[in-house]
Amino acid sequence: MAIENKGFWQKLMTIDRRIIFIFIFVAISVPMFLKIELKIPVSPEVESLYQTISKLPDGAKVLVSLDYDPGSEPELQPMAETFFTYCLQRKFKVIVIGLWPQGAIQAEHARIVAEEKVGRKFEYGVDYINLGYQAGNEMVIQGMGSSIPQTFSVDYFGTPTTSFPIMQGVTNFSNIDYVFNLSAGYPGTVEWVLFAVDRFNVILGAGNTAVQAPQVYPYLGKQLKGILGGMKGGAEFEILTGLKGRAVKYMVGQTFAHTIIVLFILIANIAYFATRGKEKGKTV
Amino acid sequence: MKREVPLIICATVGIVLIFQYFIPAEPFGTLNQVFSDWFQVIGAFAIWLGALNLIKVSGNNVYKKRKDWPYSLLIIISFFVMVIVGFFFSGGRRFQDQGTAFSALYDYVYSPLTSMMFALLAFYVGSASYRAFRARTKEATVLLLAAFFVMLGRVPLGDTLTSWLPNWLHMSNIANWIMNIPNTAGQRAIMIGIALGTVSTSLRLILGIERSYLGGE
Repeated sequence: MAIENKGFWQKLMTIDRRIIFIFIFVAISVPMFLKIELKIPVSPEVESLYQTISKLPDGAKVLVSLDYDPGSEPELQPMAETFFTYCLQRKFKVIVIGLWPQGAIQAEHARIVAEEKVGRKFEYGVDYINLGYQAGNEMVIQGMGSSIPQTFSVDYFGTPTTSFPIMQGVTNFSNIDYVFNLSAGYPGTVEWVLFAVDRFNVILGAGNTAVQAPQVYPYLGKQLKGILGGMKGGAEFEILTGLKGRAVKYMVGQTFAHTIIVLFILIANIAYFATRGKEKGKTV
Repeated sequence: MKREVPLIICATVGIVLIFQYFIPAEPFGTLNQVFSDWFQVIGAFAIWLGALNLIKVSGNNVYKKRKDWPYSLLIIISFFVMVIVGFFFSGGRRFQDQGTAFSALYDYVYSPLTSMMFALLAFYVGSASYRAFRARTKEATVLLLAAFFVMLGRVPLGDTLTSWLPNWLHMSNIANWIMNIPNTAGQRAIMIGIALGTVSTSLRLILGIERSYLGGE
């Protein structure tokens, strides 16, 4: 009996990874077809970001930097969609840039979703402009501190930036009311804090992947007015803005996946202590 | 001269960029803008260089039929397909516009493939967590507990399980505390260490002590 028990615990400690993969696959995919309403509490850092943007006057000039690629789309694209929808509702003037080459395309995707949600379009060049990607990483931010039209002389589609009404009166960060950065790594939020906030006193909020979020927490407060951390941050933002979308929906899958992983960790530890006790007994 | 000129450029740019941060007056503002422009131009050239290097390395792999050369061939084909489609098959529209062939390739090939690579992490993280998070030592136990609370605290289930406890013991509040206090303290320590290292390395570069970036010895 004792030998059988030991075998059982040993088996629990060495579950084949393919079995874990199947459990995670089911945990993530099945909830996509379920309609489950979850009560998602709002964290202080998301509340802070929402409070900051809600205090902006209608028609404020907002710069959005999309610094990610489709790999981080599940976490960051819902944030972009919700933010653009909110901007459209509040009639903010949105200036989009990308420190990652794919950022400009991701912005266009988010804009289309936002326009469908609101049922109204941004007037290009008046309410919205996509300045596209610019090589140079943090030096692009530094350049924008001196001159935005000089750093981005043409928009994403090749038209001179200064020919658009939205860019009239925009010289540098001093003419921008708020900067929102969506970041999946370098260059991203850390560079925006170091080069835009510390140097040019920009008001910055950020949305980050769950992996990157812990790295930007030290800036929260004076330098960073709120963080949307991972899928949960995005879902909380959707709840606060009243624009429930993909992040709230995906949180069900994330909940199941986290639960499965925690259960496997618990099983492994129970099995570990069970076998360790027996091993100790043997040696004594 | 091969070594002296880069050293002089590096020292000049480094010193000017440090001074312009502390002295917001001319000529430092103009110089900052000029050097920022140069950096962007060099960055744009680096993209070209990267693309050419990719073709060269992959082309060599295919030519010499090195291990896994078909993957290299796929890289070259994919590269040229994207470039040719973007330049010549946009149907008179701008290649960035929605509905063009380039946009379709981005939306239906590039985007799902990139997302898939990232999504695979979920499976590996699950498997790795199961194997790594075991309370073998005191340090491992701390890590295990932090992971346990953050993982459950970042999803609504955590609060549901602890709803009968006082508010400050709700799983989301514990997760927030871990993120805001121990995590921030640790991150700041790392950041200060990195900053000191960066300052030291930058000074060595500006003063010409560190010359490894020039190549050779």
